[in-house]
Amino acid sequence: MAFLEISNLQKDYAGNRVVENFNLAVEQGEFVSFLGPSGCGKTTVLRMVAGFETPSSGMICIDGKDVVDLKPNQRNIGMVFQAYALFPNMTVAQNLAFGLKVAGKPKAEIDATVKEMLALIKLEELGQRYPFQLSGGQQQRVALARALAVKPKLLLLDEPLSALDAKIRVSLREEIRAIQRKLQITTIFVTHDQEEALSMSDRIVVMHKGKADQLGTPFEIYNQPKTRFVASFVGTINVLEGQVLDAQTGRFSLNGAELNLGRSLGNFKAGDSIALALRPEAASLGSTLGKSAQLTGMVQDVNFLGSVIRVRVKIGESSLSLDAFNQPSVAPPKAGDTVIVSFAPEELLLLAN
Amino acid sequence: MSTITESAGATAPIPLKPRRSLAWLGILPFLLFALLFLILPTMNIVIGAFQNPAGELTFDNIHKLFQPSILASYWISIKISLASAFLGCLIGFAIAAAIVLGGLPNWVRSPIMTFSGVASNFAGVPLAFAFIATLGRLGLVTVLLRDWFGINLYAHGFNILSFWGLTLTYLFFQIPLMILIITPALDGLKREWREAAAILGANGFQYWTMVALPILWPALLGTFALLFANAFGAVATAYALTGSSLSIVPIVLFAQIRGDVLQDPHLGYALAFGMIVVTIIANTIYLWMRARSERWVKS
Amino acid sequence: MSMFRSSRFWSWIVLSLGILYFALPLIGTFEFSLRMKRGEYSFEAYRVILSDPRFQATFMYSVLMALLTIVMGVLLVVPTAYWVRLKLPRWRPVIEFITLLPLIIPAIVIVFGYIRMYNTSSIVPLTGTAFGTDILMVAGYTVLALPYMYRAVDTGLRTLDITTLTEAAESLGAGKITILAKIILPNVLVAILSGAFLTFAIVIGEFVFAALLNRPAFGPFMQLIGANRAYEPAALAVIAFSITWLCMGLMQLVTRLQKHTQVKQFR
Repeated sequence: MAFLEISNLQKDYAGNRVVENFNLAVEQGEFVSFLGPSGCGKTTVLRMVAGFETPSSGMICIDGKDVVDLKPNQRNIGMVFQAYALFPNMTVAQNLAFGLKVAGKPKAEIDATVKEMLALIKLEELGQRYPFQLSGGQQQRVALARALAVKPKLLLLDEPLSALDAKIRVSLREEIRAIQRKLQITTIFVTHDQEEALSMSDRIVVMHKGKADQLGTPFEIYNQPKTRFVASFVGTINVLEGQVLDAQTGRFSLNGAELNLGRSLGNFKAGDSIALALRPEAASLGSTLGKSAQLTGMVQDVNFLGSVIRVRVKIGESSLSLDAFNQPSVAPPKAGDTVIVSFAPEELLLLAN
Repeated sequence: MSTITESAGATAPIPLKPRRSLAWLGILPFLLFALLFLILPTMNIVIGAFQNPAGELTFDNIHKLFQPSILASYWISIKISLASAFLGCLIGFAIAAAIVLGGLPNWVRSPIMTFSGVASNFAGVPLAFAFIATLGRLGLVTVLLRDWFGINLYAHGFNILSFWGLTLTYLFFQIPLMILIITPALDGLKREWREAAAILGANGFQYWTMVALPILWPALLGTFALLFANAFGAVATAYALTGSSLSIVPIVLFAQIRGDVLQDPHLGYALAFGMIVVTIIANTIYLWMRARSERWVKS
Repeated sequence: MSMFRSSRFWSWIVLSLGILYFALPLIGTFEFSLRMKRGEYSFEAYRVILSDPRFQATFMYSVLMALLTIVMGVLLVVPTAYWVRLKLPRWRPVIEFITLLPLIIPAIVIVFGYIRMYNTSSIVPLTGTAFGTDILMVAGYTVLALPYMYRAVDTGLRTLDITTLTEAAESLGAGKITILAKIILPNVLVAILSGAFLTFAIVIGEFVFAALLNRPAFGPFMQLIGANRAYEPAALAVIAFSITWLCMGLMQLVTRLQKHTQVKQFR
């Protein structure tokens, strides 16, 4: 039995179904991200786990117990909010002590835990400061420590880094992950930033319009996206439209050229149009060994990004974006150049809808 | 090089005069007006409080403020201001909490805020009439209570023309003022604080006593001070309702200005000075508390 | 949240009790005002009071005072607020403090000051003549309305970028007065209107200044009727409340209109 089990979770709001048929099993100590654009339902699911929203139907089991009927203050969950939500009338130390004080713990224990928490987030000197005297990053670390001070069974983070500067975001996400690993606490992290999700998570749930589109490790989500949405939301993707020639062997035509996917095309029939996806790093300029598919096109524009050169090539009706590593000895192509784009047909991804 | 200076026409350098800004002239009319019709008249009274009829500086008048009858009127004024401010705060807070946090439908808020805006300005003679017409001997509510519920208010000792009658009447503009000022403060109570407190194990009571009320405390105290000052300085309602039967300070001062009932003009100035001192203290508390509460809302 | 259910019940109770407290005096006054004729409800009290020549005289007097106060207020506040924003930002706290003074110093003290300073034995014996006293009345009312008028105009100016507007106008050759009259004034008209309605409401029912300076205004008239008659005071109260409500309602309307016109500007 997984530590957190969400079964058939559903939420209707004002006649709309904002969360539909959500299922998830999270193991003890696992770090799972909910990734998706705003309005996809990820925060709603999180708030239902926390107890701030009531599901229209479904079960949420934490450590074997169904918590749907429990109030938020009875669930022993820790939560970190996007807007930090530190109590402004209390010092950092008092904020950290809040959950323990509410639980009626003895003073000695509270003081010891507060000290421990301050050390955990490396803010030992700031115990007597007030929230308005701290930076955004410091406030969020205090918020994290405050949530962990009561030793919760589950940690929920609702877009905790979205309100922070880019640089702080990167350092703080590493710190959050380190603390999570150290404490081995089961964690759910909601974000719309795919870089955060990919770098921090053990597994990711990509959500779209209230449904979970795909569940998997970062590697799986990136390299084997199941739907068009997942492919385009996580990383950049090129979508090429072709026509099926032979579904069994995987032959299809793309822009006049005949290519072979190398595997069955599934339920398609000859003559069907088909959408195939290709990551920019999978395509190369010029003939390359090992990349049997070759298409000719015209360079539309070139973006020199330093280590990477992003080239847009017009192939027939469609446009293909490819990333090439910068080589000091080779000049990048210019707009208007005719180039050959090569890739391995096996690297094409077949997308549902 | 030389061709350029030649074509430009060589001229001797002109010394630059230091330019003093005359921009303050633009606000001179305003300052003059404020001086003539606000600041100087007030200073006149303040200085008069420290003068005797011969024009010499003296603390005599201030000393005379502490005679029993004058102290008594200050004391009644303070009592009425405290009572109407306290009840106004309590009831106004309850209503504001009901509309902001109480889960009432959204369309309730706007009419109540509009009405509060109107009612907070509805003081003076018409207000006194309204309460006499409602709770006077022949007032609507008095009659209804007698005919429908068999309760005879006046037999029980109630009288609208009394201390508590005036307090009740003052509430008509005190409560809306409280609602107007405390509603933004309640809006400032972020939802996340409630949720964070809940997820950390606090129940409703603990949230209010440990988080919400401490955060609202400056706003509450400040508004209390404002309501106090508001009631302390009110004249017209009291004059129309209780007349000279309730000798609060503004009424005594009114009678003094009209007809020198105290037989001592400079005592009148001292009386006015005493009023200013009280309202300045109360307003200072209000402004100070407002600054403090804004500091927290900003974070 | 499930905690809403019980609090919603109490909220309705509190709100209902509040509405009761505020509605009863209004209903009671109205009901009382209809009782003039024995045994039946009628508008007799209104008829009597509205046809009273003293009512008409004092009401007109107060209306005139109100209008003069509004004009005075606009002439004083608009250029000052504009100038402070444009050229003298460091004076802003001082000016704002001055505009808050009428809220701190009770009106009775201010009028007391007028009587002492401008009485017949002083340099400027304004209280000696009716006209002079009227000047004091307008000045006093302007002082009373100052906090609200200034705040309304200042808020209105804040939403305009007056520095850029002024520079643009100056580059096209306009002088300061032209800028004020043709550019600033129209744009803060809405703010002025809202301040004007509030001023009107304050002046119409004002009592202390009028009573102590002995002028035939509406406030003292109402008090006189209240001391001598039974039913007419209630009618007067209803009339006064209606006027106040009308002014505040118009003020709200105008404020909402301002929001709409601002949105249109950016379309």
